[in-house]
Amino acid sequence: MTQSIYHSTETAWCPGCGNYDIVNTLVQVLDELQLPPHEVLLVGGIGQAAKLNQYVNANGFSGLHGRALPAAVAAKMVNQALTVIVNTGDGDSYGEGGNHFLHNIRRNVDITHFVHDNQIYGLTKGQTSPTSDACSADRKGACNLNKPFKPLLVALAAGATFAARTFSGNREHMAKTMKAAIRHKGYALVDILQPCVSFNKVNTFGYYKEHTYELEADYDPTNLQAALLRSMEYGPKIPIGIFYQVEAPTFHRQRPEIFDGVPMIDKMVPEEQLRALMRKFA
Amino acid sequence: MNICIGGAAGDGIETMAGILEKILQRSWFSVFSMRDFMSRIRGGHNFAQIRFEAGPVTAHTDALDVLIVYDQRSVDEHLKRLKPDGLLLCDPDLGVSDPRLLPVPVKKLAKEAGSARTIGVVCIGVLMKLYGLPLATAEAVLRETLAPKILEINLAAVQKGYASTELTRKLPIPEAKETMLVTGAEAMSMGALAGGLQFYSAYPMSPSTTLLNFFTAHAEEFKLVVEQAEDEIAAVNMALGASYAGARAMTGTSGGGFSLMVEGLGLAGIAELPIVIVDVQRPGPATGLPTRTEQSDLLFMCFASQGEFPRMVIAVRDHADAFYQTARALQLAKKYQIPVLVLSDQYLSDSAATIAPPDIRQAAHSVKPLAPEESAEGDYLRYAVTESGVSPLRVPGRSEGLVRSDSDEHTEEGVINESAAVRVQMVDKRSRKLDGLKAELLEPSYTGAENPQTLLVGFGSTSGAIAEAVTLLHEQGVSVGALSFGDVYPLPQNKLLQYWKQAKAVYSVEQNATAQLAKLIRMETNLSCTDSVLKYDGRQLSVDDILKGLAAFGIGKEVRQ
Repeated sequence: MTQSIYHSTETAWCPGCGNYDIVNTLVQVLDELQLPPHEVLLVGGIGQAAKLNQYVNANGFSGLHGRALPAAVAAKMVNQALTVIVNTGDGDSYGEGGNHFLHNIRRNVDITHFVHDNQIYGLTKGQTSPTSDACSADRKGACNLNKPFKPLLVALAAGATFAARTFSGNREHMAKTMKAAIRHKGYALVDILQPCVSFNKVNTFGYYKEHTYELEADYDPTNLQAALLRSMEYGPKIPIGIFYQVEAPTFHRQRPEIFDGVPMIDKMVPEEQLRALMRKFA
Repeated sequence: MNICIGGAAGDGIETMAGILEKILQRSWFSVFSMRDFMSRIRGGHNFAQIRFEAGPVTAHTDALDVLIVYDQRSVDEHLKRLKPDGLLLCDPDLGVSDPRLLPVPVKKLAKEAGSARTIGVVCIGVLMKLYGLPLATAEAVLRETLAPKILEINLAAVQKGYASTELTRKLPIPEAKETMLVTGAEAMSMGALAGGLQFYSAYPMSPSTTLLNFFTAHAEEFKLVVEQAEDEIAAVNMALGASYAGARAMTGTSGGGFSLMVEGLGLAGIAELPIVIVDVQRPGPATGLPTRTEQSDLLFMCFASQGEFPRMVIAVRDHADAFYQTARALQLAKKYQIPVLVLSDQYLSDSAATIAPPDIRQAAHSVKPLAPEESAEGDYLRYAVTESGVSPLRVPGRSEGLVRSDSDEHTEEGVINESAAVRVQMVDKRSRKLDGLKAELLEPSYTGAENPQTLLVGFGSTSGAIAEAVTLLHEQGVSVGALSFGDVYPLPQNKLLQYWKQAKAVYSVEQNATAQLAKLIRMETNLSCTDSVLKYDGRQLSVDDILKGLAAFGIGKEVRQ
């Protein structure tokens, strides 16, 4: 394999971390899509997953914990030529950033959101995440006494136009899903199950391998009701695949009077127009 | 001349005041019109107060020449402020017995005109006669302002009011001059447009919502991205994302929303993202008094956020300043790649004043750009260490140079790094930007005697009232002068030190309870004010309040104008 122009550098991740598969697959997908690195913007919040943009040769914005989405959508709003991809964790996306998760789905800005979902807080060493499994007699420690968060169900309820799940250990599936998400016109969520080798001793590589299965070949991803039902299926069997994908007007498309082909960053306030506005106060 | 219109929310005070202001502007008067509204949609007590003069007017005063009231509560609140020779206008049914009551049956005339809702316009007719202003001016403004279906009855109302009295109090006729009648919020919004605004994100919060409303209303016309965020945290992070991607970005809020933005402020600091954040202050803490005014966020704005980074705080002083300083804030943010915080308040933002039409070009080019430090050779380094501390700023996607921004400490390339040497290098680089900024700070404006024995210091929207108080004290023979800070942090010190040396006593005049400007001056210069004139009841310091406060220190006399 030739060295990608998106070559990744030395990372701060633990050996065996699921993030390696994710970054390597993302680099492969970007290569296949033939996107020049300077037209790709990788956005992250804070956490192990959010560091991904540090290791990829593209534009990078490492913002605040939980706040990757607002920055990412705004960057896309004003600089539409950029392919904007958010990589960040389950705590960042669904916990700290929960409000932004809800409302940016509704905006349907054309960005991609890869949530590295290891069902645990890694960088802070092992606390419960919104997506940690429910506690039970044989499941204690980092588990949810509260109801586990169902990202795909919430995303669909909020009006997501693309909602998918994949598993970092199934690189072929992950590559296929990532590519579809990046190509999707609108907000695309991919919840990526990944093992945390240091702190999650239950939801391991083997666990995901055993419990995940691909949605059936004849599954219809344009059926919202079916998608809602399947997105609630999470237990001994965990479906992966594109749960839902429909075409809908993006944030930009909804505002043709403002996004008229001239990139926002090139727009000038016409002096004569401002003068005319000021005359209204005479 | 000072007119107060009082009533309940829903009485149409805002509409009436707007029409009256416009008539006075068209009659070439200088106008300063303030609003005092409760945080409710119907009922309660609201008032508008319109001051107008042939000469300049930049603040409100307390004593009233005319009081127009819709209800008993307004009588109770304001009658005590009516001058002995003032006039009271209200419906006789209110049963007010006062020798200053003008016997005009305003409600009856309004009903005759076609609707009891036109009482305000009847009163405007009375004022036109009273001040010897042509009825045609009022009619023209009504035609411009009102919807066609209610125009006729309002024209009838203004005519009935005009014919209802023969009393006149002729005023000096002002010189004809071109003006704009704008609220502080409108001036600030248009200043932002002059400064090249491309992106505005905000969450509605009184009294800053007028900015969001203005940009929303003009988004299509000026091709702006205006996004109502899900919260203020999103608002500031959106503005930062837009700024990173190459747009001139601004967000606006009040103190509570700014509290939520503070982590984003720090991100702007370390990632060196240009951003303007407007804080339209209201009394806090927490929800405080949502529709009222205060200057109590000064120190918060200067020091909010963990860590250390350069920032600038500009307090806008008046309506023209709101235009120019907002444009300048956008330019300075971009030039130094820093957050620039613009402090306004409810008083300035919601009050309307006549100003000379601002010079768009002067506003758009008020900041001299830096000489470029980037050479065409070699790889692009987002955080290149330079002498000025300012690194070349590129737009992602517009060159092959990759643009990387981090909230973590980082290398010149923008890669996270924990080395001690890199940390010191980057803190120093960012700090150096202050050297350039400090060299172009605007000194406070000065008004008063050449070598005053008493020096007043203030900042922001109290500027007009302080200047007028100085003039009145000067007429009393008091040796006094005042410095009004616009650029307030970093604190410009040249004029301050110069006047301080000569003065026997220095008083800060502030709309807060803890003398925050005096504290800031002490912190930055080791100089302590003698005392302070403070007001923190949510109602703006008037000229009268300042005179009263100073008289208590033995300076000048409290006077009724």
